[in-house]
Amino acid sequence: MNLTANSFIKFYGSSIGKKVIVALTGLALIGFLLGHMIGNLKVFAGPDKINAYAAWLHSMPSLLWMARIGLIVCFVLHIYTTIRLVLENRSAKGNRYSANATVKASGASRTMFWSGVIILSFVIYHILHFTARIGNDYDGYIDASGRHDVFRMVVDGFSWWPASLFYIISMSLLCWHLSHGFASVFQTLGLRTERTWGLIKATGYAYSSIIFIGNCSIPVSVLAGWITY
Amino acid sequence: MAQKKSDTPDAKIPSGPIESKWAKHKMDSALINPANRRKYRVIVVGSGLAGGSAAATLSELGYKVKCFCYQDSPRRAHSIAAQGGINAAKNYQNDGDSVNRLFYDTIKGGDFRSREANVYRLAEVSENIIDQCVAQGVPFAREYGGLLDNRSFGGAQVKRTFYARGQTGQQLLLGAYQALQKEISAGGVEMHSRSEMLDLVTVNGHAKGIVVRDMVSGEITSHAADCVILATGGYGNVFFLSTNAKGCNVMSAYRAHKRGAYFSNPCYTQIHPTCIPVSGDYQSKLTLMSESLRNDGRIWVPKNAEDIGKPAHQISESDRDYYLERKYPSFGNLAPRDIASRSAKEVCDAGLGVGNGGLGVYLDFADSIQRFGKDVISSRYGNLFQMYEKITGEDPYSQPMRIYPAVHYTMGGLWVDYNLMSNVPGLHVLGEANFSDHGANRLGASALMQGLADGYFVISATLPNYLVEETPGSVSTDMPEFREAEERVRDRINKLVSINGSRSVDSFHRELGLLVWDKCGMARNEDGLKEALDKIPAIREEFWENVCVPGDSGNMNKELEKAGRVADFIDFAELLCNDALHREESCGGHFREEYQFTKDDPEVSSGYTNEGEAKRRDEDFAYVAAWGRNEDGTLNLKKEWLEFENVKLATRSYK
Amino acid sequence: MKLTLKVWRQHDPSSEGSIETYEANDIPEEASFLEMLDIVNNGIIEDGGDPIAFDHDCREGICGACSLTINGVPHGKESAITTCQLHMRKFSDGDTIFIEPFRAKAFPVIRDLVVDRSSFDRIIESGGYVSIRTGSAVDANSMPIQKDDADTAFDAATCIGCGACVAACKNASAMLFVSAKAKHLNSLPQGQPEKDRRVLKMVEQMDKEGFGNCTNQYECEAVCPKSIKSEFISELNRQYAAATIKEAIG
Repeated sequence: MNLTANSFIKFYGSSIGKKVIVALTGLALIGFLLGHMIGNLKVFAGPDKINAYAAWLHSMPSLLWMARIGLIVCFVLHIYTTIRLVLENRSAKGNRYSANATVKASGASRTMFWSGVIILSFVIYHILHFTARIGNDYDGYIDASGRHDVFRMVVDGFSWWPASLFYIISMSLLCWHLSHGFASVFQTLGLRTERTWGLIKATGYAYSSIIFIGNCSIPVSVLAGWITY
Repeated sequence: MAQKKSDTPDAKIPSGPIESKWAKHKMDSALINPANRRKYRVIVVGSGLAGGSAAATLSELGYKVKCFCYQDSPRRAHSIAAQGGINAAKNYQNDGDSVNRLFYDTIKGGDFRSREANVYRLAEVSENIIDQCVAQGVPFAREYGGLLDNRSFGGAQVKRTFYARGQTGQQLLLGAYQALQKEISAGGVEMHSRSEMLDLVTVNGHAKGIVVRDMVSGEITSHAADCVILATGGYGNVFFLSTNAKGCNVMSAYRAHKRGAYFSNPCYTQIHPTCIPVSGDYQSKLTLMSESLRNDGRIWVPKNAEDIGKPAHQISESDRDYYLERKYPSFGNLAPRDIASRSAKEVCDAGLGVGNGGLGVYLDFADSIQRFGKDVISSRYGNLFQMYEKITGEDPYSQPMRIYPAVHYTMGGLWVDYNLMSNVPGLHVLGEANFSDHGANRLGASALMQGLADGYFVISATLPNYLVEETPGSVSTDMPEFREAEERVRDRINKLVSINGSRSVDSFHRELGLLVWDKCGMARNEDGLKEALDKIPAIREEFWENVCVPGDSGNMNKELEKAGRVADFIDFAELLCNDALHREESCGGHFREEYQFTKDDPEVSSGYTNEGEAKRRDEDFAYVAAWGRNEDGTLNLKKEWLEFENVKLATRSYK
Repeated sequence: MKLTLKVWRQHDPSSEGSIETYEANDIPEEASFLEMLDIVNNGIIEDGGDPIAFDHDCREGICGACSLTINGVPHGKESAITTCQLHMRKFSDGDTIFIEPFRAKAFPVIRDLVVDRSSFDRIIESGGYVSIRTGSAVDANSMPIQKDDADTAFDAATCIGCGACVAACKNASAMLFVSAKAKHLNSLPQGQPEKDRRVLKMVEQMDKEGFGNCTNQYECEAVCPKSIKSEFISELNRQYAAATIKEAIG
């Protein structure tokens, strides 16, 4: 048991181990994004559907909390491990070049840390805004069936244009982050081959685009007045 | 020739039939038990194929090894640049190859100037080398069936060359390097990179240590051992321009020679016909292109001097001289290396050379491209054409390549006996640094074979013959011999940095190289050699008065490193020219213009050989020249007469 | 050609370095980059200065000694060549060229443009070999190897250990180097017995040497003079994870 634990501690201490953790947690978060988006898109099906969906989620609190804790763990591990990697990388590079040049690295790959920081701040805002509902009275939104009125909360939330703008900017950064992150997961987990690499990258771009379009369609629709109550 | 044997150094060739000499010798050789082996310390200088493999193998056997190289890593030794392949008498192709045939080809290729017993052993162990390298993970080329592929190389009639694309030397060296790193990790080898041997230390006439300069800190240190192995490569850079790496030098071998080791056959230098020509005075080295290009390229120069400078396509067919096809109708462009090289020199000397400085001939693929199509030529030579284009900026598909011969390999080296030990007891010499296996000319794909044979298989069996007589650990660096050697080294370094002259080290090296190339290059004659011997002392004198070595010796100083090497090249050049002058015959890599077949010779009129072919004089020169020094430093020649019991001496013929 | 060179000068490992400016005049277009430096050095020597120290040896692209970062790109911006194979015709008259050492904490500067790459040797020492004793090998053809596997092993084995991958990496990661050696040996049957051990040990040593972590940016692949592929890194990641699991469960 001790030896087994030692192997994993050593693994986490190694460069590859930490990257694998970032990749695995990233993968979990990528999966969450899709599920979350599909749920949110129910807003287009009308208040009844989305409110029912929210009520259904809240009807199994233990499962919901397990998922939430899982997500939080992934999120924290993803960020904490990345910070460690970034610090190690800074120290490994030492002196920088006077003439700096980039041959191949994508813009997204070079800004992962900063896009990540902004996404983190967005996530905090987003949770305060719609989950913890601090600084607003969304808690009091109850629909005709006595359920929490998520539909109205979404419409009200995005009707304030600065919130929508921040949401859209954050989504674009998230997808920028994903455009590198998605394929990177496969590279880091060793699931890439010469033949599949093109497909993996294309899937990554497609996935990021779907998340972007799907998520942004909601604030845009609210602002455009297509979704209203 | 029995009466000539009196001045022969003892080669210690085992008795008996040639097929069983090596087996018998191994059986008769001393053994040291494993517990005692770790008491013996061995110094290996050089980490190429020979040195790296020897250091690794001796460490595996339990000896305490210290290995030194001037590069920043043993993986960078110049063996890495060998392109073509490695020969072995495996007969995997079922085309009639055998140990005997490889033995015969090597003796003949060496123009009957090598030792039969050594060459036979080389052919024998060639098979083990391939096994060893494959087991190390060397990725040789394979056929679709999964077995090893072979090609024919250097005009051999059998396919016995194993290869890894055009990077065989690299792959074999990495195999040896990895074996070496494995032993370093096991604690058997202490590696000293960026360390240059500056002197050999002898104690009671035995080689017992070296003096080394740490090329980073400038520190001078002594290292004592029970024997010393030199595997320091060849001396091709005496010509300044060669295909050798810039750092290749003769210092270790020449220092050993100064301490009493015989230097053998330095005049045997191999000039490779297909190199990219010199394009200007700034040029620092020459690049080899595979000889295979001659299979489909036609070599020519303009017939008339007035056409020089015109683009090739403007010179009409009738105004071109395809001189190899003209002079050697049956072999044409595939004439042997030495003949192709000399012919190129002749036409250039006649003022018909093309390109910068008139030192180049065309290698034209237009006919082949027309016959086979560009795709076929590209599939055969694509990477070579690309390399040529990268270096010259010219497209060889649309205009002919320009080529010129360049110094490539040196067959001469320190004299060694069958045990690979020099006349200085304890001093063993492996690989290109010794003289032993290639005679006057080396065949393609044989250098890698010899380096690895010496390092993996020969030295481990023969070294105990010396060591068993020695008390392990009997010398230490406290002994006065080491202090004296260190003093000598320090004095020389101090002298070099204190001259503060006005000429750079390179300028002397270029001057020397040009002189030696002109007078002792592809073709030599008595007058030229005497002229060179007149001029070399003047270069030496000016060097020691006017060389500029900036900086000090207490840290990394690249100019100081070069200065020490060039100082020895100057002295060595004298030895080279003396050897070339004394050998009044032509053989292999040594062509004396006075000794060539003319149309009056019966061999030519009978059609056996061609006019202009090298003419050996076996009666007078079938010996290894072993140059020693008298007390006063003057040269003294010993002759090891070669006995041919298994091969009949014959004139090489390319008909 | 006339060029302005901005060259990193540093007297020894412990001193502070800085960029110095040199004018290079009358540089022939046919000269290689290193020959251009030879010419500049000759001028410096004639003027009584200290020549610029740089590593070089074979000057034909195979030894891996030359190690300059030219205008921010190791071995210059031409693809698939080493510095010694770069020719001046690729530059224009009047250009300003920055010449700096390969930068990474694991490659400390020794002098000027010369860096210490012995960390690579120690990585190989930790497991980049097949433990076969001289003389104990079986016949070379007793173990057929699929041609594709042998070719892939060669593609990986062609690494010259120059360190450009590290120098180009924004994180100074040595993953391309390590993965090339792992791929070379692990894709051959001869390398199988030590496969897991090799991967664990080499990665451990790589981390110990202070190289950074791969963030999948592929700068290494772009500058590699031998075009070693980044998919080898992916494979090393997998092999490392698999070896850890095997080790953990015993």
